[in-house]
Amino acid sequence: MYKISVEKLDDLFKKASESRTIYLPVDKENGAKFEKWSEGKKLSNALNTVRSAKDFIFPQTENLADFRISGKNIEVRDAHEELEDFVIFGMRACDARSFEILDKVFLAEPVDTYYKNRREHGVLVTIACTKPSETCFCQTFGIDPTKPEGDVSAWICDGEMYFESNTEKGKTFIESISALLEESGSEAVEKQQSETKEILAKLPLKDVKTDAFGGDKLNELFNSPKWAELSESCLGCGTCTFVCPTCQCYDIRDFDCGKEIKRFRCWDSCMYSDFTRMAHGNSRNSQLERFRQRFMHKLVYFPANNDGQFGCVGCGRCLSKCPISMNIVKVMKTLEG
Amino acid sequence: MNETLIPKIGVVTDIRIDTPDVKTFRVVTPDGKKAFEHMPGQCAMLSIPGVGEAMFSITSSPTNTEFMEFSIKKCGCLTSWLHQMEVGQQITIRGPYGNHFPVETDLKGKDLLFIAGGIGLAPLRSVINYVRDKRENYGSIQIIYGSRSKDDLVDYQEIIDEWMKDDGIEVNLTIDREQEGWDGHVGFVPNFVKEVNPDISKTVLICGPPIMIKFTLGALKELGFKETQVFTTMELRMKCGIGKCGRCNIGNKYVCKDGPVFRYDKLGELPDEY
Repeated sequence: MYKISVEKLDDLFKKASESRTIYLPVDKENGAKFEKWSEGKKLSNALNTVRSAKDFIFPQTENLADFRISGKNIEVRDAHEELEDFVIFGMRACDARSFEILDKVFLAEPVDTYYKNRREHGVLVTIACTKPSETCFCQTFGIDPTKPEGDVSAWICDGEMYFESNTEKGKTFIESISALLEESGSEAVEKQQSETKEILAKLPLKDVKTDAFGGDKLNELFNSPKWAELSESCLGCGTCTFVCPTCQCYDIRDFDCGKEIKRFRCWDSCMYSDFTRMAHGNSRNSQLERFRQRFMHKLVYFPANNDGQFGCVGCGRCLSKCPISMNIVKVMKTLEG
Repeated sequence: MNETLIPKIGVVTDIRIDTPDVKTFRVVTPDGKKAFEHMPGQCAMLSIPGVGEAMFSITSSPTNTEFMEFSIKKCGCLTSWLHQMEVGQQITIRGPYGNHFPVETDLKGKDLLFIAGGIGLAPLRSVINYVRDKRENYGSIQIIYGSRSKDDLVDYQEIIDEWMKDDGIEVNLTIDREQEGWDGHVGFVPNFVKEVNPDISKTVLICGPPIMIKFTLGALKELGFKETQVFTTMELRMKCGIGKCGRCNIGNKYVCKDGPVFRYDKLGELPDEY
């Protein structure tokens, strides 16, 4: 384990940014947001960013290809970006796990090369949580926020930041800043971990269980009469899908720029009425069906295809952002009860 | 790396008017070759940049070594654009996507019954011509095909000029309503299936509008067919074609990747959302 004084973090960012772009959560008017580090930007103390970290590997809008049309002829240009190496410094355990979930979608054959390209260029430095909030339920999915996953795990205690690398990539990153670090024992970290665990044991959502869900519960849950009541007030705004670190549905759209046509991939939401609409009809006509699809996907369909892993990390963003206070915890509690 | 979301260029070298709203487009690469190899039942993403991109079944047989064909019904933005194209127009093409009818496994050596309604003949035509070209591998072939009218029968010329003249192929055609110049059968496909009363040892491949498939399946069950003998092909909204964009998800399956071909009993295990 290595450590650096929190006061010297600016030096660390300066050194690290010589070889990579550093992104870190910084405090903004409406909450913490990942921004590119530049002199003067401070690491936020917020529990989490408003938007998840998925933008780094699956951006909200991404150019896939460009087309030039002349008469009857079409020319195609590959729009894969040349990426530089980057570090996401300060992700939380929940978002780190969400990358593992997105990997199962985008890195499955046939591999999504746009995603893979971003994934390979990024180093994830995660920071352990010390003040989990009342909307947190990552423990439900077996996530330990006191020992977050990622290429490097970090802890901030008593004015020091401690690092431990978990992967080769993480080791290389630590080596690149090693001149600024000093070796350290893990006592302070262990003390913090046990203190945080005491808070975790008292969280209001600590008892959310997944026992009633999984790939083998398909028909029973799909046919539950409770979906009607659960979905009744859903506005279909899609906020939950946009703040969700694991939602991965996308649209592909063309934009005519005059000179050329740009093809984009953009985040989409299964909560939207035109998501499944075709010229001949729509396979999910009601909000009930669309609402059910989102939760069935996370709690039943995804685990069915991924060895029981659920498509939720308990980050709690949908709990705090849904305008009608509906969320996956209410859905789970209602369906199991 | 296989850049599956980036399409190739295809050139439309022939356009056949099949029915008032169905045209069949012949597509090759700019250097005159097939864009890629496929198996019967697989699909391809066709696009006009700036207009749209959509999944279409490949209606030509893989045994055709020169070109691919797509029979497309005019019913939305992209298909309307495709219908007003002229020969020589370039389009974009990517694929092949999805699984295929089990022509080299489950269907081998079997007596086959093809049941199609309207444009539903398009994906089955690929299998029918594949089986015709590898005749020794299969038993008898029976085709039951129905459409709204005589004018709406897709591939009518090929049916009467080629399929009906082949030995060991029985073709039963029907149209929904009486029509001048039609002395064949009149009536809906599900009832026609019952009247034709095919041997229940046959393996069935069915495609058509959802309502036709539903009632035809009922008719087949009445006759004694089992769901395990029936294969169908599905269609849902698709964007990526590789099981990632989420649109064609039903239960834990993605129609673009795990389908579009499903054996009926397997389809029954999925939520009724198609």
